[in-house]
Amino acid sequence: MIDLRRIYLDHAATTPVDREVLLEMLPYFTRFYGNASSLHSDGGVAHEALEKAREKVAEVINAEPDEIIFTSGGTESDNLAIKGIAYKNKDKIKGKGPHIITSSIEHPAVLETCKFLEKEGFKVKYLPVDRDGIVKLDILEKSITKNTFLISIMAANNEIGTIQPVEEIGKIAKDYDIIFHTDAVQTIGKMPMDVKKINVDMLSISGHKIYAPKGVGALYVKRGVTLQPILNGGGHERKLRSGTENIPGIVGLGKACELAKKRMSKDIQHIKNLRDKLIKGILENIEKSYLNGHPEKRLINNAHFRFTAIEGESLIMDLDEKGIAASTGSACSSKKLQPSHVLLAIGLTPVEAHGSLRLTLGRKNTKNEIDYVIETLPKVVNRLREISPLWKK
Amino acid sequence: MSAGMYSEKVIEHFRNPRNMGEIKDADGVGTVGNPICGDQMTIYIKVKNDRIVDIKFKTFGCAAAIATSSMITELAKGKTLEEAMKITRKDVADELDGLPPIKMHCSNLAADALHAAIKDYWEKQKKRKKSGK
Repeated sequence: MIDLRRIYLDHAATTPVDREVLLEMLPYFTRFYGNASSLHSDGGVAHEALEKAREKVAEVINAEPDEIIFTSGGTESDNLAIKGIAYKNKDKIKGKGPHIITSSIEHPAVLETCKFLEKEGFKVKYLPVDRDGIVKLDILEKSITKNTFLISIMAANNEIGTIQPVEEIGKIAKDYDIIFHTDAVQTIGKMPMDVKKINVDMLSISGHKIYAPKGVGALYVKRGVTLQPILNGGGHERKLRSGTENIPGIVGLGKACELAKKRMSKDIQHIKNLRDKLIKGILENIEKSYLNGHPEKRLINNAHFRFTAIEGESLIMDLDEKGIAASTGSACSSKKLQPSHVLLAIGLTPVEAHGSLRLTLGRKNTKNEIDYVIETLPKVVNRLREISPLWKK
Repeated sequence: MSAGMYSEKVIEHFRNPRNMGEIKDADGVGTVGNPICGDQMTIYIKVKNDRIVDIKFKTFGCAAAIATSSMITELAKGKTLEEAMKITRKDVADELDGLPPIKMHCSNLAADALHAAIKDYWEKQKKRKKSGK
């Protein structure tokens, strides 16, 4: 069933593949299908496409092409960065409890990797955040021990959109000579990301969050940083990521990065205007509604609300019927039946976390769509509040 | 959860809940669940000659919690208290053409709320008899 009137406001979950990206990819499925490792000219064409894409990805974060490792996506990039550096450092500081510092609001790809390493004998500090979701830098600095070899803190949060002070973190990491990794999956194309300015050693990128397809991503690894691979095999990607390169996907990621760079200032203006209008419209039109996350230091496309006395899953279901695709941090929408760890970390009660709603905008959203959401959402919230025993006017 | 995980009947009851609201002078009230876990429901009943003559609900929770609340009011209305006590969680889920497995425990509290309301009614009756009213 195709409904042409759907309003997609879940771009933090995934984005559609841009038409220009798709057109760039298509020849690499059926015409230029060579293996980039092959010596014949078909392989050469694939190899050339691979290296061209590498340049484009490098450019969007001001890195050098040989610092880009292609992966299957953000999760793999995070795993490679953290496990790769952990295993490399394990013997160096054996017996002393090699130490990682991360934050309590990371994406599961980072959190679960750290928890896994804890079982392997590593020590991990999960930094608290303030009510806006910003990592406390004084605690970060105090948490550093002589065994700390890695700081992994996301550039911006995928749920509440809060942007972390990565430049300051990069400076601290440099001062103490600690490797700094950042998961920048949500920030590419939404704000300038300059690896040299941030002083970051590793940075994770995901294709499908930036209008490239699912199943492709990249990890920036600064020259001089050595990792132990987590996939062993034919030695692709500077021996860091074996496996025949996903050329169509990588070409798509390259094109998406080129477009992200080219369109960034236009995107920022368009999307931020709509997002600001949305936040204002919702807070003004729905009583007892609140914005989660930092009011200014937030991704330009992120609006994250909570509404008293209603539960997020039913909110999503009602919005879905009205043609609006959204997301929630409510336990009832998760497989684990736990409210979002991010919302609990910023100090919300479980009941408040249940009543949360994330709307994340993209390039194609229009003013009319946002007007429709501002008109529709109050009705949906009111209907659920009428049903709710917790709602007292 | 996604819309596709629910049966049409669950969606229909969620979108058009039956007997939603409160009964101000209810004879029995039952509240179960905990908003911390994401679900809380209250069932109100009016009883005449040991029969449920009116029933209403209020629910905080997911689509399944709202749909099961709505369904239990339909199942219980007009039934004797004895009959209503026999309605199980499974009956509610079956009448809704099933619930996703993950929702069977957390959101399928409607039968418990109904039974709590009936027990509340019986408690009140006992007290009334004792005080001779």
